[in-house]
Amino acid sequence: MEPTPFQLGLQSVLFGILALVAVAGALVTITRRHPLPAALSLVVSFIGLAGLYALLSAPLLAILQILVYAGAIMALVIFVIMLLNVQESDLPVNENVGKSVALALAAITPVLLIFLAILGKLPNDQTLANTPVPADFGTIEVLGKFLYTNYLFAFESVAVLLTVALVGVVILAKRRI
Amino acid sequence: MLTMSHFLFVSAVLFTIGVAGVLSRKNLFIVFLSIEIILNAVNLSFVTFARFLGQLDGQIFTFLVIAVAAAEAAIGLAIVILLFKNKESLNVDDFKLMKE
Repeated sequence: MEPTPFQLGLQSVLFGILALVAVAGALVTITRRHPLPAALSLVVSFIGLAGLYALLSAPLLAILQILVYAGAIMALVIFVIMLLNVQESDLPVNENVGKSVALALAAITPVLLIFLAILGKLPNDQTLANTPVPADFGTIEVLGKFLYTNYLFAFESVAVLLTVALVGVVILAKRRI
Repeated sequence: MLTMSHFLFVSAVLFTIGVAGVLSRKNLFIVFLSIEIILNAVNLSFVTFARFLGQLDGQIFTFLVIAVAAAEAAIGLAIVILLFKNKESLNVDDFKLMKE
């Protein structure tokens, strides 16, 4: 089914909004003094990224991004920030956030320019519209089958890694067991 | 028309922001969150390449990166709690025991 011009326009507008949300959320994150608003704006940034995944025919990853990243991981971060009861006095003193972030961004801009030069070399004739993928591309069924056939070892390794991480956290938190 | 470059550009900008955050901030939590931004920037390029090459491998990598990030967050936050309890500070410059 060919997308109509209206659908293509809508896609571009959605991309603009989601990209803006993702980048703005990240910028707000690194310019906050207190970690709590930083973590909350990072959640916003991750939701924007989830929308971009959905645009890229990755529905399962879009859901996982919201459930696991914006949901579980960031909830854990916010939980720890609140558990530690971070006060204004605990924050690094004399940190001129605006100045140091602006300096770092200026210093890193040449790297961004190199990225952009590489992007300019990429073939630009492939668009989302003229490179169609199957309708079930990236759904849980197709991705699951692919994971359990081609990447079984990596999947099992991640299971071991998560177990090791859990045991490690318990050992870090409780010195005497 | 949305091409590969559009998505990779967003990814490059996010990566740059994340690196700038790691380099410039002294707050332990913000450095941690900046690392998460970098991970997500790379995830976005994986998903972009998966879509435009028509292969699922990139999406699998992103799936695995999310799982590794969950493990990293658990360990990292446990370490942050211990550091904060020992030094009563979130300033990365205060943790220089190995330098002294």
